[in-house]
Amino acid sequence: MPEGVAGIAEMILIALVYLGIFSVAGLFLVLVERRVAAWFQLRIGPNRVGFQGILQTLADALKLVSKELTGTVRADKFLYNLAPYFVIISALMAMSVLPFSKEFHAFDINIGVLFLIAISSIGVIGILLGGWSSNNKFALIGAMRSGVQTISYELSVGLSLLTMVLISGSLQLSAIVEVQKNGWLIVQGHIPAVIAFMIFMISGTAETNRAPFDIVEAESELGAGFHTEYSGMKFAYFFLAEFINMFIIAAIAATVFFGGWLSPFGITESLPWLGVFWFLLKTFVLVFLMMWFRWTFPRLRVDQLLTLEWKYLLPVNLVNIVAMALIVWLNLTIQF
Amino acid sequence: MPMEITPTATDSFKSQEYFINMGPQHPATHGVLRLLLTIDGEIIKKVEPDLGYIHRSIEKMCERDSYQQIVHLTDRMDYLSSHINNEAVCLVVENALGLEVPERVKVIRTIIGELTRIASHCLWWGVMGMDLGAFTTFFLGFRDREMINDIFEETCGARLTMNYNVPGGLMLDIHPNFVNRVKKFVAHFKTKIPEYDELITGNIIFQKRTKGVGILSREDAISFGASGPVARASGYSCDVRKYHPYSALDKVTFTESLKTGGDTLARYEVRIREMWESLSIVEQLIDNIPEGDHRVSTNAVIKLPAGEYYQKVETARGELGVYVISSGTKSPYRLKFRSPGFSNLSVLNHIAVGSKIGDLVAIMATIDLVIPDIDR
Repeated sequence: MPEGVAGIAEMILIALVYLGIFSVAGLFLVLVERRVAAWFQLRIGPNRVGFQGILQTLADALKLVSKELTGTVRADKFLYNLAPYFVIISALMAMSVLPFSKEFHAFDINIGVLFLIAISSIGVIGILLGGWSSNNKFALIGAMRSGVQTISYELSVGLSLLTMVLISGSLQLSAIVEVQKNGWLIVQGHIPAVIAFMIFMISGTAETNRAPFDIVEAESELGAGFHTEYSGMKFAYFFLAEFINMFIIAAIAATVFFGGWLSPFGITESLPWLGVFWFLLKTFVLVFLMMWFRWTFPRLRVDQLLTLEWKYLLPVNLVNIVAMALIVWLNLTIQF
Repeated sequence: MPMEITPTATDSFKSQEYFINMGPQHPATHGVLRLLLTIDGEIIKKVEPDLGYIHRSIEKMCERDSYQQIVHLTDRMDYLSSHINNEAVCLVVENALGLEVPERVKVIRTIIGELTRIASHCLWWGVMGMDLGAFTTFFLGFRDREMINDIFEETCGARLTMNYNVPGGLMLDIHPNFVNRVKKFVAHFKTKIPEYDELITGNIIFQKRTKGVGILSREDAISFGASGPVARASGYSCDVRKYHPYSALDKVTFTESLKTGGDTLARYEVRIREMWESLSIVEQLIDNIPEGDHRVSTNAVIKLPAGEYYQKVETARGELGVYVISSGTKSPYRLKFRSPGFSNLSVLNHIAVGSKIGDLVAIMATIDLVIPDIDR
C-alpha cells in the first residue's frame, strides 16, 4: 500500500474509533444523567431496557432516528439544517485532543489548550444559527441569550485555564499531564489553583448551557429555547452535543487540575494501560459534580448570569492570574 | 411648513417591541392560559392574559342542577382545593336551610380542608421550583402530597375530585385508619418542611431570583381584589378563616401568616408559613374528633327559601365566595362564584411590567394560578 493511502486509511480508522467513542459516551452519559437525576429525586429511573437500563438511550435514539423531521414554514432551510452540524462537529473535534492516556491520544498538538478553547466556541455559532433560522420567537430569544452567555463565559474558561498554563508551563495537554507527576496541579498551585478550578467548573457549566445556567433552553420560560423547532435526529444532535460538551469540560478539568491519566500517588505506575481507567474515573467524578449542580440549583436570570461573570468571576480571575504568576515566580508551588 | 424628517443612524437601529404568545400551551402557564406579552428584548412591557380556553360555563350549569349536584361541579374549578370548594357550597345550603350539622362533621371538614391546603401548597412548592429551573423540588413536593392523597383515597375513594361533602354533612364516615394516618403524616411532614427550606429557600440563586421581584403594594393588593397568600404577602390581613370562621375553625388557634414585602419571596414565605399553620390546626383537632353522626338528613330535593345567600371560604389560593339567588325552586336562580384565581391573575400586568421573562415565570409561580379556577 502506498504511504499516502495508508496514512489516509489510518486517519479514517482513528476517526471512526473516535466517532464510536463519541456516540457511546453520549448515550452512556444520557443514561447516567437520568439515573443520577432519579437518585436525587426519589425515583428509580430507566432500568428496564437491558441490564439496569443500559440500552434505554439506544432505544430512545432509535425512536429519534425514526421520527419525522419537521420545521417551520418560513425557516431559513439552509442555515436551519446546517446548525446541528456546527454543534456536533465542534464537540467531536474537541474530543480529538483529549489525552485518554499516554498512548491513547489522537492529536497531541503543542497548542492543545488553545485549540480546545477555540473549538468550543464554534458550537455557539450552531446554537445562534439554529435559533435565528427557526423562525420562532422563543428560539430567537434563546439564541440571543446563548450569544451573551457563551461570549461572556468563554473569557472565564480561557482565563482559568491560562492560570494553570502559567504553572504547567505548556499548552500541550500531554506535557501538562507529565508536569503533574510530582503532584496534581490543583495541589501544586494551592489556593489560586483551587480558585481557578472553581471558576472553571462554574464557567464550564455555563459554556455547556447546563443548569443552573440553562437560560438558553429554560424550558419553563422559552419552551425549549433555541431547539424548539428541531425534531428527530437534528434535535438528537443538539442533545447529544450537550452531553459530550459536559464530558469534554470534565475531561479538561481532570487533565489540567487532577493529573489526567496519572494514578493518584503513582499507585499503578507499573500498569500504564490503567491510565484510561484513571482518566475516565476522574472525569466521571467531575461529570457527577455537574449533574449535582443541575439537579439541585434553580436557574439564574439572564442579567444575573452576566453580573456573575463580569462583576465577580472575571475580576477574581484576573487577580488570580497575578497571584499564580507570583507563586510561580517566587517558586512557592508545592512539590512532592 | 411640514417638518422634514430625515432618517438618521439612530432611527434605523431603533429597537422594536414585539409580541409573543405565552401559551395556551406553554410549560410555565400550568394549563391553558394564554398570555400576550409585549416585550422589548427580554424586558416585559405589557402582559395581557387571554382567558376562555377552558371555560365550561359551570355557573350556568348550576342554574339547571340541584344543590347536591352543584357540589360536584365545584371540584372542577380549583381542583387542588376541591374539598374546600365543596365545603363552600355545602355551607351556603346549610346556612340557608338553617341546618345545624354535627360537631363531628365540622371537625372532619376542617381537618380535611387543612390537609387539602397542605397538599395544594406542596404541589405549588414543587412547581415553583420547577419554574425556576430546579427539577428536584417537583418530586419532593409530590412525595408529601402523595401521602395526603392516599389518606383521602382511603377516606372517600377519590384523590383529587373528592366530593366528600354533601349538604348536611359528609358522604361517609371517616375510615378507621384516618386518625392514625393523619398523625403519621403530620409527624412526617414536620421533618420535611425544613428540608424544603434547606433545598430552596436558603439558596442564593433562589433568593436573588425572588427578592424584590414583582412587588405588589398593600394598596394595589386591596384595589385589585387580591386575596389569599398573594394579598397576605403584601401585608393585607384577609384570612377568611380568621375573620369569618366556618366549620370548626373558631375552635382552633392559629396565626395568620403575614409578610410586608409584597415580592415573590414574601409570597413564597407566606405559603411555607401556612403549611406550618395548617399542620398545627390539624394537630389541634385530630385528637378530639367528637363522636356522633356524620350527616344530618335533608330532603331528597333541597329547595332553598327564596332570597340571596353568600358564603366565603379560604381556599389554598384565597377567598372563594359563593353567591346564590334562590327563587325557591330546586335549582338556584343564579349562582356566582367569586374565584380567588381570577382576581389574583389581574395583578399580573401591574407587577410584571418592567421585569424580565424569567421574572414573569417566577411571579406566575407565586401567584399560584389554577386555570380552571380562573375560567370556570
